Amino acid sequence: MSVTVIGGGVMGLCVATELQGRGIPVAVRDEGPGPRACSWWAGGMLAPWCEGESAEEAVTRHGLGAADWWQAQGVPVARNGTLVVSLSRDAAALDRFARRSRGHRMLDAEGIAALEPDLAGRFARALFFADEAHLDPRRALAILSDRLGRTDSVAGQVIDCRGLSARDALRDLRGVRGEMVLIRCPEIALSRPVRLLHPRMPLYVVPRGDGVFMLGATMLESDRRGPPTARAVLELLSAGFALHPALAEAEVLELGADARPAFPDNLPRIRRAGGVIHANGLYRHGFLLAPAVARMVADHLQHQTRPEFMDADHD
Amino acid sequence: MPVFYGTTVDSALMLGTAGYPSPKVLADAFARSGAGVATVSLRRESGGGQDFWALIQSLGVTLLPNTAGCHTAREAVTTARMAREVFGTDWIKLEVVGNTDTLQPDLFGLVEAARILSAEGFKVFPYCTEDLVVCERLLEAGCQVLMPWGAPIGSGLGLNNPHGLRALRAAFPDVALVVDAGIGLPSHAAAAMEMGFDAVLLNSAVARAGDPAAMAGAMAAAIRAGREACLADPMERTDMAVPSTPVIGRAFL
Repeated sequence: MSVTVIGGGVMGLCVATELQGRGIPVAVRDEGPGPRACSWWAGGMLAPWCEGESAEEAVTRHGLGAADWWQAQGVPVARNGTLVVSLSRDAAALDRFARRSRGHRMLDAEGIAALEPDLAGRFARALFFADEAHLDPRRALAILSDRLGRTDSVAGQVIDCRGLSARDALRDLRGVRGEMVLIRCPEIALSRPVRLLHPRMPLYVVPRGDGVFMLGATMLESDRRGPPTARAVLELLSAGFALHPALAEAEVLELGADARPAFPDNLPRIRRAGGVIHANGLYRHGFLLAPAVARMVADHLQHQTRPEFMDADHD
Repeated sequence: MPVFYGTTVDSALMLGTAGYPSPKVLADAFARSGAGVATVSLRRESGGGQDFWALIQSLGVTLLPNTAGCHTAREAVTTARMAREVFGTDWIKLEVVGNTDTLQPDLFGLVEAARILSAEGFKVFPYCTEDLVVCERLLEAGCQVLMPWGAPIGSGLGLNNPHGLRALRAAFPDVALVVDAGIGLPSHAAAAMEMGFDAVLLNSAVARAGDPAAMAGAMAAAIRAGREACLADPMERTDMAVPSTPVIGRAFL
């Protein structure tokens, strides 16, 4: 058996890596990692517990092994957890988040200062998700991509991981637009992603090292892929300013936007259609769920199992 | 059942479509709610792309597009015209935001936009306050439905001014009145229906509940209970206890 993976975003690269690791010959049809893939713009948070606050239970369950998988591929993974805070006027939002998620403990001001000295005195309480992790998405994509062979043709079993471009074959796929800002702010150091709960403009800040931070991300029911709107940038930067005023002095390195592929329940699908196996719909959980979906695809190919995310055949 | 501009809808619950964890959860909530009307936003901050609109249209309920996020009468009028094209309906829930923190309606812009849109044949559902004079102006502008707030949008505070809402119901016995915004609990929705309101419009109370479908069912039950209680002509309140069994025959002297 040989396999051609179409699409070199996080889903395609994870499937190809998993198959190659199991000794199955595989080639990727793609130009290599770049801004065409929506995973290029991702946050890179491996936060199964935080995501469980609003996502289906399966996201947490299948996301738990993600950090180990990435680390096993030689991708640097920071296992420093996640911090979730809210402004004092939205204190109830933090309690609600705590009630609806697991895997956390509540910190007081002293506990926050011990973990993130630069946030000392800014928040009275925070939720700490100690077992979460984060990685640098572009670095992760490059590491996987460098080890995989490329092809311009299609041979053997085809696995289609084209994301939103696969809408020609997957009619129930839709786009959920996300916008992000990349800044450099050497005045501040953070060791872990920080999420700021806000009723209208929730924000996360992911440290990339060297004073670089990714601020994300909007969630809009739209498949438009064009540049971010002024409103989105205004909201993300305002929320960042509320998190720490020093962010106002940051250099803006990049503004980015793309559309995430999603099915109606925002869960991934593995689907057979016309002899092709589709793996798609990772929504905002690309780096979190791609390893689990990749394993499922590989299991299905090797052992003809029907994994959890596989739906009815569309042949 | 409520009648809006001559159209009878088959539920007094009107449900918004913003802020659900997923379209699947949204569809489940609608199924449980039995809602007769779905509001949908054309502007980006509440979501709105072709795929999402197609999904809302597949719910099989009457659509009420809104002008959420518009800050001027002019913006709202433009958005309403676009909504008529996109959704093929002349119903429009008219919102003109006056304050970004409270999302309080700009009542001056609202009346202005209502006048323009009514003249163009729109059936306008204005999101307003319980102010009697503003409501009179909106009726003069051509509105046949009024949608006073219970409390600020998304606050879940319930009915902040029950006296004002009751006075509005008494002042306009023949106008369709909908409590819109501020509902957090089924008891809030039931209270509005007990006052004689024709319908309740809510969104966050369901979308932001831990189990949106279950909350949608609870809201539907509360609205039905409130409506039936109103029709049953509730007893009057008294300050003195009134025994339900006779006291004659016992040593009451």
